Amino acid sequence: MTKLLKMMVAEPYRLGLALLVIMSFVGLNAAYLVWVERKGAGRFQRRPGPTEVGYAGLIQPIADAIKLLSKQLILPDGVDATLFRLAPLVVMAPALISLAVVPFSEKLLGRDINLGLLLIFALGSINVMAIMLGGWSSRNKYAIISAARVVSQNVAYEIPTLLVVITMIMVTGSMDLNEIVRQQAGGFWRWNLFRWDVNPLAPVTFLIFFICMLAETNRAPFDMAEAESELVAGAYTEYSGMGFGVFFMAEYANILLGCSVATVLFLGGWQSPVGIFSGVFWFLAKMYFLVFSVIWVRWTFPRTQFYGLLNLSWKILIPVSLFALILTSAMLKIFHRFHSV
Amino acid sequence: MKRAFKEIISGFYSLVIGMRITIGQFFKRTVTVQYPYATLPIPARFRGHIELVRDPETGQPKCYACKLCERACPSDCILVDGAKLEGAKKKSVTVYKLDFTKCSLCGSCVEACRDAAIRYSRDYNLAGFSKEEYIMDLFAKLQAEAQAAGVPPEAPATVRPVKSEPAALPQTQALVPGARQGQTQQELRPTVLAQTQTPLPGARQSQVQQELRPAAPAPRSEPPKMEPVKAAAP
Repeated sequence: MTKLLKMMVAEPYRLGLALLVIMSFVGLNAAYLVWVERKGAGRFQRRPGPTEVGYAGLIQPIADAIKLLSKQLILPDGVDATLFRLAPLVVMAPALISLAVVPFSEKLLGRDINLGLLLIFALGSINVMAIMLGGWSSRNKYAIISAARVVSQNVAYEIPTLLVVITMIMVTGSMDLNEIVRQQAGGFWRWNLFRWDVNPLAPVTFLIFFICMLAETNRAPFDMAEAESELVAGAYTEYSGMGFGVFFMAEYANILLGCSVATVLFLGGWQSPVGIFSGVFWFLAKMYFLVFSVIWVRWTFPRTQFYGLLNLSWKILIPVSLFALILTSAMLKIFHRFHSV
Repeated sequence: MKRAFKEIISGFYSLVIGMRITIGQFFKRTVTVQYPYATLPIPARFRGHIELVRDPETGQPKCYACKLCERACPSDCILVDGAKLEGAKKKSVTVYKLDFTKCSLCGSCVEACRDAAIRYSRDYNLAGFSKEEYIMDLFAKLQAEAQAAGVPPEAPATVRPVKSEPAALPQTQALVPGARQGQTQQELRPTVLAQTQTPLPGARQSQVQQELRPAAPAPRSEPPKMEPVKAAAP
């Protein structure tokens, strides 16, 4: 009876609170990752980056947000109004929902479910579909080109991502993100990144996952969907004000999510690399290191050609990840007969 | 098959090198100049709009309103007028206006000036809101300058505020050192250029020098060397 009461009364509040915390976390991160991105871009090009608004430009994101919020939302003639308005929401929602199952620490997570990984990848491609919706409903040639690109890019990169994830599920024997992290306790040599015994190609798998994450979030060098030098702003061309702002936030939310999942799957989540003092600090440190790497990659490599992008996926990433999958299953079958699957 | 693997590995290695180079740059100091707070030094031979030169002894303008510059100007943008003051040997300039909207900065006026009484200013902050701001009263500007330097103005002048105050910059050298009054520029030029001690960095000047002295190689100043970028590992 008390259990039912708890379920009916306390749980919705807890979930609501979790969602609120995640939303503010994502919002703040999106705002300040833009600042980090601009500062990083500056430093990589030996400029100081934003310096004017506040100390070291720290108030710049707030000024940008106020600007975006105060702008008019323009609905161009001939757009599919419903889809046009829906697209920013659909691109944002999956990232928020997915972050609810990401364990920031052993106790600090929105919802402890044992199919977290499945949930994340079930919702994972919705954001790409939403970009396609936005591009298609804008009735703009650049947006439609961008939408077509997004679809073929997503089809190409979803496959290696999922192959890698299946490999990791076979290695860990679980879809529970918290359980996956718990298995990696005891120092960085226990992380899935270094599970040579089961998956001799573990670091390669991590790299493939990272590359696919870049492609799925439409980040340079795979930002074919936005390609500002070719397609104005790609699928976002017709969006103004906060419509564009939400797309922008969603991009960073998806980067956060991708880096969180990579942290959980490969880098031991909230586990300390030396085996003591595990906690949320380690999770954030690892995640932000990956986020920095994303920025680092963006300001190092030029945008790939579209053929290069597809070739990379179909000719390299998919065969290699498939090989890793087969190798892992063989290793499990031969050497780990009693692995708890 | 072997080649494909080699390609993948060498391609990946090149990506890693790229990442290493950018992270190396990340930790170096910035190279940009934050313009309104800091400026780069202006080159010595910077050619801004013209300005009148003050005689360092009397503090009055060197210009005596001969109007050679006015005549030399291809855009007809200079207006000079002068008057003979009581007891003075020469005329004194009373009006010197430059219509900067028409000026193409060709420098014919400075070349035409016999007494180095006008020179290029080093003023480049020239943005403005109206066309009228660019009808520059150079005489008034000079008088204001003289007043600031503590020299009493010769005649009451209506001082129109000029867009940007000239900063205290080192005096620009007269274009042709050693030019004397009475000789025209045309006569003067070859000898003076031959006498010029410091080699002139511009290509045109070197050409002139070469024409003048075909036997002696013209001293050329070395072009500034770029800092060689550290070559990446092959």
